[in-house]
Order: sequence, then C-alpha cells, then structure tokens
Amino acid sequence: MAAYFDYNATSPLDPRVLQAMLPYMEQATNASSRHSFGRHARQAVELAREQVALAVGAHATQVLFTSGGTEADNLAIQGLAAALKPSQIVVSAIEHPAVMKTAQMMRRQGWQLRVAAVDANGLVDTDDFRAALQVPTGLISVMLANNETGVIQDVATLAGLAKNQRVPFHTDAVQCLGKMKLDFTALNASGVQAMSVSAHKIGGPQGMGALVFDKRLDISPLQHGGGQEKGLRGGSENVAAIVGFGAACELLDLSSTEQMKEMREILEKGIHDLGGVIFGEHAARLSNTSFFAFPDVDGETLVMALDRANFAVASGSACSSDSTDPSPVLLAMGVDAKMAQGAVRVSLGKGNNVQEVREFLQALQGQLVRMKQFMAMAA
Amino acid sequence: MTVHTPIYLDYSATTPVDKRVAEAMIPYLTEMFGNPASRSHSFGWDADDAVENARAQVAALVNCDPKEIVWTSGATESDNLAIKGAANFYSGKGKHIITVQTEHKAVIDPFRELERQGFEATYLEPETNGLVTLEKFKAAIRPDTIFASVMLVNNEIGVIQDIAGIGAICREHGIIFHVDAAQATGKVEIDLEKLPVDLMSFSAHKTYGPKGIGALYVRRKPRVRLEAQMHGGGHERGMRSGTLPTHQIVGMGEAFRIAKEEMELENARIRRLRDRLLAGLKDIEEVYVNGDLKQRVPHNLNISFNYVEGESLIMAVKDIAVSSGSACTSASLEPSYVLRALGRSDELAHSSIRFSIGRYTTEEEIDYTIALMKSKITKLRELSPLWEMYKEGVDISKVEWAAH
Repeated sequence: MAAYFDYNATSPLDPRVLQAMLPYMEQATNASSRHSFGRHARQAVELAREQVALAVGAHATQVLFTSGGTEADNLAIQGLAAALKPSQIVVSAIEHPAVMKTAQMMRRQGWQLRVAAVDANGLVDTDDFRAALQVPTGLISVMLANNETGVIQDVATLAGLAKNQRVPFHTDAVQCLGKMKLDFTALNASGVQAMSVSAHKIGGPQGMGALVFDKRLDISPLQHGGGQEKGLRGGSENVAAIVGFGAACELLDLSSTEQMKEMREILEKGIHDLGGVIFGEHAARLSNTSFFAFPDVDGETLVMALDRANFAVASGSACSSDSTDPSPVLLAMGVDAKMAQGAVRVSLGKGNNVQEVREFLQALQGQLVRMKQFMAMAA
Repeated sequence: MTVHTPIYLDYSATTPVDKRVAEAMIPYLTEMFGNPASRSHSFGWDADDAVENARAQVAALVNCDPKEIVWTSGATESDNLAIKGAANFYSGKGKHIITVQTEHKAVIDPFRELERQGFEATYLEPETNGLVTLEKFKAAIRPDTIFASVMLVNNEIGVIQDIAGIGAICREHGIIFHVDAAQATGKVEIDLEKLPVDLMSFSAHKTYGPKGIGALYVRRKPRVRLEAQMHGGGHERGMRSGTLPTHQIVGMGEAFRIAKEEMELENARIRRLRDRLLAGLKDIEEVYVNGDLKQRVPHNLNISFNYVEGESLIMAVKDIAVSSGSACTSASLEPSYVLRALGRSDELAHSSIRFSIGRYTTEEEIDYTIALMKSKITKLRELSPLWEMYKEGVDISKVEWAAH
C-alpha cells in the first residue's frame, strides 16, 4: 500500500464516520417526507447541522448544506451578486478555481473583476487590497488558507478594511477545517460574512460541504426547486453524507496539528538538505502542507517517479492537475515559470507517521539522483 | 400477519439503497478513497476508473454514449443545469420557453427564475388524466420558442408523457428539449438513441442508489450546449465543477446496472401488487384514481378519498409511510398543485394519497394496507358531517356555508 501524502486533495473516510453513515445509506430517508422515516432523517440532518456549526464556531441556523466546497463558493459569489447591482468584485490572485472561475464568470453579468496581488510569501498585499477598495466594490472573496501552499491569510484584517464599506466578504475555508481553529463568530465580528467548508477534506464523505453565513446577508439560491435549506438550496437532502459530515466534525481533533508540524519539520529539513525550495515557507501555514520544488527538476516527472516508489503526492491542486500549466498560485507569488513547473505538494494527514516521512525523503533523494543522471546523459 | 409497521409505500419520494449498491460503494469509502481528479497517483486513477465505469453503467440503462453523461448532485441540479444552462445559452435565438403545470418543482422553480430574468414561459395545462396532448403542445410553440421541458414520469401520479411525440415536434421547430426522467429510470425503458431528446435528468436515489448524486444527459449529436451553473476546477468538461463524489457515483452506476438487469421482472411483480392494491381499494365508495391508469408506471397509485379530511387521513394511516403530495412540498399544507392542474377540487386534492410501490414491497404489506385503508376511511367518514350530508343526498357543492 502506498503512503498517501495528498490529504489536501481528499482524505480517507474515517471508519467511525462510515459507521455513522451506514444506517442512512441503507434506509429510505427523504428528510422532507412527513412520515416517521422522513422525520427520523430530518432529526439526523439537524443534529449534523449542530455538529458542523460547533466545529466552525457558528450557530446551526448559519449552516447551509451544499454538494461540496465548489458549490458553497459558487453559492456565496453568485448568490450574493444576484441581489446586488453589478459593481466590482475583488478576489485574491491565489484563489481556488471554484472562486476564481466563478468571479471571472461574473463579468458576464456586468461585474468588474479586480484581482488583488499577493507577495512572495503568498500573502495578500494589503496595500494593493486597499487600493482595490478605492473603487466601489460589491463583493470580496479571499481564501483563508491556500490549498497548494497552505499559507494562511490574515482574513480578519482584510475583512476589517472592507468593513467600513459594508461589502459582503466571503472566505473559502475548505482547506482550514480540521487543520486550524475555525471560529466563524469571531471572523464574522471582523467582517467576514460567509465561509465555505467541505466534508471530504476532514475524513468525511465526498459530495458534501456547507456555506456558513451571516443571516443578514441576502443570498439568492443557485439551485431552485423543492424549497429545501430554507429555500436557499433545492434538492432532496443527501442525508447520509450530511450525517457523515456531522460525524467527521464531531471527531475533529486539532491536537493532531502538532504531530503534523513535527512531521513537516523533518520533511522540510530533508528537502532543504536536498537543495529544494519551499514555497510560502516564511508565512503562517497549515501545519500539514508543504509545497516545494528542486531547481531544474520537472515536477510532473518527479511526481510520477514518486508514485512508482509508492508515495502519493500532488503536482498542483488536484482540480487543475489535469493541466500541465505551472501553478497560477506560484506565478502570482512571483515564482518563475520554470521553477513553478517543478512544484510538488505533500499534504499530510492523520494516517501518516514519521517513518513514512523518512522513507519518503530517501525515495526523494534516490529519484533526484536518478533524474539528474538522466538529464546529464541527455545534455 | 407478519408485516412490520410502518410499511414503506413512499418509493417515489426516495428508495432505500439496494444492499448490492451499498456493498459496491463501501470500498470507495474506505481503501479506495482517492480524488478522481488527482492525476499523479494510483489513488486518483483508481477513483477515476470507478467513475468512468459507473458512467458507462448509467449510459447503458438509457442507451447513450457515456461521454453524454454529466454527473451532478442530483436531479434538482440536473434540472437547474439543463433549464438555466440551455435557456441562457440559446437566449440569443429567442426568449420563450414551454413546460407543463404538473412538472416537479425542480423544473417549475428554474422556469420562474428564468421569467424573473426576462424569459417568457408557457405552463401547459394537462388533460384531466394528467397527459399533455401533442396538439396542445404544438399550439403553444411560437417563433421565438427555444426550449421546452416535459417530464417522462410524473412524481405524484405516475403518468408517462409522450416524450417521443413531443420531442419530434421540438426537433421540427428547432427547440431544445429537456426531459426530467428522475422518476422513470428502472420503471420505463429509455432509449436515447431513438428518443428525440436533447437533455435528460436522472437521479440515483429514486432507483435504489444513494442520495446526493444524479446525472444529466447532454446530447452530442446534434450537439447541445449549456452555460455551466457551477464554476471551478473544470470537472465534467467544464459543464459542472466540483470534486466528484466517487462512492456516490459508483452507487449510482451499480443501481442503474441492477435496474437494467432486473426492471422487466421487477415491473411485472410491482404491477401485480399495484393491481392488487387498486382492486382492494376501488370498491370503497367515492374514491377517485388520479391520473391516467394505462399510460402510467405500475409503481404508482394516487387516489383521492372523498369526504375525508386530508390531514386526519394522514394521521389515521400512520402505519403506512405514504405521501399526500410530492415529498418536496409536503411540508406545506397547500393542496397538491399537480392534482389541482388535473382539475381536482381542493378537497379531493387534500384527501389524496400517493401509494408508491417498490422493490421490497410484499403482498402481505399490500393486504395490510388495503385492510387499514378500508377501516380508517370508514371510521373517518363516520365522524364526517360531510359524509353524512352526502349520504342524505345533499349536493355539497351547492351548500352555502355561513361565514364565521
């Protein structure tokens, strides 16, 4: 069995989550039906809503279930924009495609897109962000932690800058849940009004996420029909997945972030020793994520070689890893295209241990030597 | 009698997941948990293989090319994507769209949304048997009609629309034709090679698959275009972004595989049960079957019990899990808009019950249901002043009630 180092792409389902889901997978449970089967499902959905709310520091009524992080991001942006007169939408240069592509699409509805720059560490440049807000702005979306580098934005400060103008501020926190403390109530006090989270990044099932939002926001549904989720998201509730999301939230244990940090320190010391460059190294980062490259080593080839050596890592964000373009996140950070082409992401999770990390470093060293020999032969 | 109550007769709201489906899903919830979009390791490749295998299974049930299947989070999303996606894409050619009053809310509500955006919509009134005639459909077409949506099998009354006929008319007029088939898979044969349909919505959880997964058929020849409704990583060839839930997709594939294999035998069995139920109930006085009985799936029986108050009826029969309207709207106390569109009075609509029969329904359960209905209807009518008046020969529709 290969060592799985791609937790930011997706995480294995916790067996306890599976146990919680099983009864709801096999029963006929439409949570909108009024008979006893339906009422039972409804109670399970509402319990899960409480569990998710607790994990993100929100009230249950602020949690709206979606089919995943992408839908939550789309709902936040399209749903908020629908009620507003088109003006400017501001996003950071390193957003996940679920935000970036959606923001780009808003131009069709008459919105201007303003992309706020990031610095070499991957942090939003506050001066540029401030400058962006000089133009009347209707909507802002800045991610809390980046999926590739793990760099954590000071979203509270950014939201504070926008707060005076009463601009709705959304943050994509899909990578943060389970990896750092999330407190929507505190973020909300700073001016963040909506936040996306996802189940399958925390040992919950794929196909489930939530938008957590300030109820004062005027959000229009993305998906019409049936009136579920208080009319904001039509469609029969995915009861088993909702229950799974709740259970995964209940099981979250942030003390594991310390172990991640230890493993990553070992990993990154090794990478440095091998001559690697670590992106976003000097910023606050999620403790499980390391995004790195070796000069003159092609990332795609390295990743494939590592796969053959039984280490599952990523060469970029999973969603865009179909393409061989260099990571837009790294380009935005000013990394040159050739170096960015070499990027490899290791994202650790609770299934990993120090031994695996050490073995990975050995494999990495072996592959680098081999690749350099090939290149020397070709030269 | 060896029945366990409550008896589940609400298969049109949702079905239990078939054990075989659950078993197929579990490996993808445990050891094979990869993200199918991960291109750099075997976890991702295995998940991707499973997704493509399921796509072929879904395509096989409805006889189309797997490349024509787009995964969604369910039929509601499929309907939204088809309707808003196509209407917006083709809006340069016209702004008139057609559907039927008895469609599911997942079709009606996107139509209403399009009206807000400046489209003009026609909501066809069906005949009293729930069916739309080709003449009526043809008459609704205008030069600027670009899109039509008609469901294959109605969720409340189970009637089967003439999709081939309506589709042929749409072809003739260059109208993009969408069909909500959420209630149809495994119940009626669907052959997309023959049917002149451009877009078709499917759901897993009405066919013994998991909730939270569906698909949209998007015809390639001639090619139908859509504006994506959800943007992001460019999954599903850009038509629907978002990490694919592998286990759910595997479940839908397996459910559709089973449906293809077993539907013929299963439908024959279910038809016998439905006929038994109907035979047992039809002799009760003042009962009305809603919707055409011939052009209808065998799984559904929707009956109005006159002179019985709707809410008390549901309370009285709580040993059976049934719907008194579509599940999605049954939280509201308004009479079913589907039955109203058939011309049923508010009273008859309120006192209707949808029995929907499925894979695990037994003859004993049907017999229990018949006995229960008979006794409860008798009891409720004993308490009903309206029933008493009816029995005395008073024409209740002509009674002038005192205001209070």
